[in-house]
Amino acid sequence: MTVEQVQNEIIEEFSLFDDWMQRYEYMIELGKSLPLIDTKHKTDDNIIKGCQSKVWVHADMVDEKVVFTADSDAVITKGIIAILIRTFSNQPPQDILDANTDFIDQIGLKDHLSPTRANGLVSMIKQLKLYALAYQTQLN
Amino acid sequence: MGLDLTNIRTDFPILSRKVNGQPLVYLDNAATSQTPTQVIDVIADYYQQYNANIHRGVHTLSQEATDKFEHARKTIQKHFNIPKSKEVILTSGTTHSINLVAFGFGTLLDPGDEVIVSALEHHANIVPWQMMCERSGAVLRVIPMTDEGTLDMHAYAELLNKKTKLVFVNHVSNALGTINPIEEITKKAHKTGAAVLVDGAQACGHIKPNLKKLDVDFYTVSAHKLCGPTGMGMLYGKEKWLNKLPPYQGGGEMIDEVTFEKTTYADLPHKFEAGTPNICGGIAFGAALDYMNSIGFDAIESYEEELLDYATAKLNQIEGLRIYGNTKHKTAVISFNIDSLHPYDVGTLLDKMGIAVRTGHHCAQPIMDYYKIPGTIRASFAFYNTKDEVDIFVNGVQRAIAMLR
Repeated sequence: MTVEQVQNEIIEEFSLFDDWMQRYEYMIELGKSLPLIDTKHKTDDNIIKGCQSKVWVHADMVDEKVVFTADSDAVITKGIIAILIRTFSNQPPQDILDANTDFIDQIGLKDHLSPTRANGLVSMIKQLKLYALAYQTQLN
Repeated sequence: MGLDLTNIRTDFPILSRKVNGQPLVYLDNAATSQTPTQVIDVIADYYQQYNANIHRGVHTLSQEATDKFEHARKTIQKHFNIPKSKEVILTSGTTHSINLVAFGFGTLLDPGDEVIVSALEHHANIVPWQMMCERSGAVLRVIPMTDEGTLDMHAYAELLNKKTKLVFVNHVSNALGTINPIEEITKKAHKTGAAVLVDGAQACGHIKPNLKKLDVDFYTVSAHKLCGPTGMGMLYGKEKWLNKLPPYQGGGEMIDEVTFEKTTYADLPHKFEAGTPNICGGIAFGAALDYMNSIGFDAIESYEEELLDYATAKLNQIEGLRIYGNTKHKTAVISFNIDSLHPYDVGTLLDKMGIAVRTGHHCAQPIMDYYKIPGTIRASFAFYNTKDEVDIFVNGVQRAIAMLR
C-alpha cells in the first residue's frame, strides 16, 4: 500500500467513532498493544528531548524501504506514534519525504501535531523525514 | 466571611466560555490567573482615552498617563506595605526582577563568597543566580528539601556563615504550594549579615505579604498571578540596597545627564526603569490589586484553604493517587500523580473534558529529581473556583484513569 492508501484506511477506521472518547480509547489501545521499538534502540541518542513525554525513534533500511520503530513513555503519544509509523514505515524514502500528515487533522487529532504541543511528535516527524532523507541519499 | 461566588464569577468573562464543547474548569491559576472586567476595562480605557508616553510630555494625555502610572506605584506600595514608593521598581515580572538583582548583586561579590538557594525553586530563581556565580566566582549552596515538600531549616542554619552574602527563596513553591517560613529565613540570614531576596510570584495572588514586617531586602511579584496583565511586575528593594546596585539596563528615563564623556543616573526608582515602561500594564496592575482588595485577602485565603481541603480529601480517595507536597502550610496547589500513569496522558484527557491543569516539571526540575518523577499533574485553585468545579475535576480524573488503566 502507498502512504496515501494507508492514510485513507486510517481515516476510514476513525470515521466509525462518534466522539472524542472513542477516538482516544482507540488510540490508547493502539498505544498499549504495540511494542514499537527494540529496547536496545531506546538509548539517549535516539531520544527526542525537550518534551513532556519522551519519544524514541529508530530507523533501518530493508529492501530499499525504510522501517521505523519508535516509542514513548506516554500512552496517548504512543498511540499517535503507532498511527504515524503505520503510514511511514515500509515505504520508499522518497515517498516518506513527499508525504504529509494532513490526515491527522481528518481523524480529529490535529492538536497533537501542533508545534506548540510539548509532546515531541512534531520533532519526531522531523526526525522520521531526516532518516528518510539520509536513506534517499544512499540510494541516489 | 464567605465569598459571593456567583457575583465574583460574573466578573470574569472567560469563566463562562466553553473548551472542547465543555464548560471551562480553569485550574491552572499558578501559571496565570484570569482577568476580571474591572481590569480589562482599565486596559481598554487607557488605550481609548489617554495612551501617551509618561514622565516627559508637556501635554495633557502624557500628564494623565503619568499620574495614573505613578498612582499605581502608590497602590502597589500600600498593598505590600513598602516603606517608600521609590523602593517600588516596576518591571516586566518576577523573572525580570530577579535578573535585575542578580546582575547588580554580582558586582558586589568576590570569588569565594557564598549565596544560598533553596531546593524548592522555580528555574527563574535558580538560573539567573547560576549566571551571577559564573561571572563573580561566588559559590551556590542549596537548602535541601524534605519528603513533605518543606525546607530543611536545620540544614539551612548550618549553611549560613560569614561568607554568605545573599539568600534567595520563594515565598510559595510553584510546583508544590509550600509556604516557606520567610520571617525565620530572613532573621537567620540577617544575623550573619546576608541579604534576602524572596520570589513572591506564587504568593501574591493568594496572600497579602507585609514586606515591612517580613523585613526582606528584595521581593518580586508578577502582576498576572494576581488578576493583572502579563509582562508586568515589580521589584521591591530596600533603598540602601537599590542604591548599592548598578543599573541593569541603560536607556532613556534612567539617566540624570548624558554626555559622551560620562552619564549620571537618575534617582530611584527611575534608575532601574530604562526605556518606555509597560504603562498600561502598570496601571492595570494597580487596578488588579484594587479588585483583589475589594474582595479581601483574608476572605480569599480562608476560602482557598476550604477549596484545598475539599479537593485534597476527594483526591485522596482515589486509589493509587499520590499528592506531592503535604505540609499543612500551603496554598491551594495540588501536585499529584496516579501510580504509573504519565501526567501528559491525564492532562490531555482532562483538557478534552474542558478542565485546564498543568502537567510536566513546572519549571522546577530539582523538585522532580528529588521525587524521582518526570513531572506531575498540577491543579492550582483561585478564589473564583468553586466546589462544583472540584467535583467536575475529580470526576474527570477518575474518568481519565478508567480510560488509561
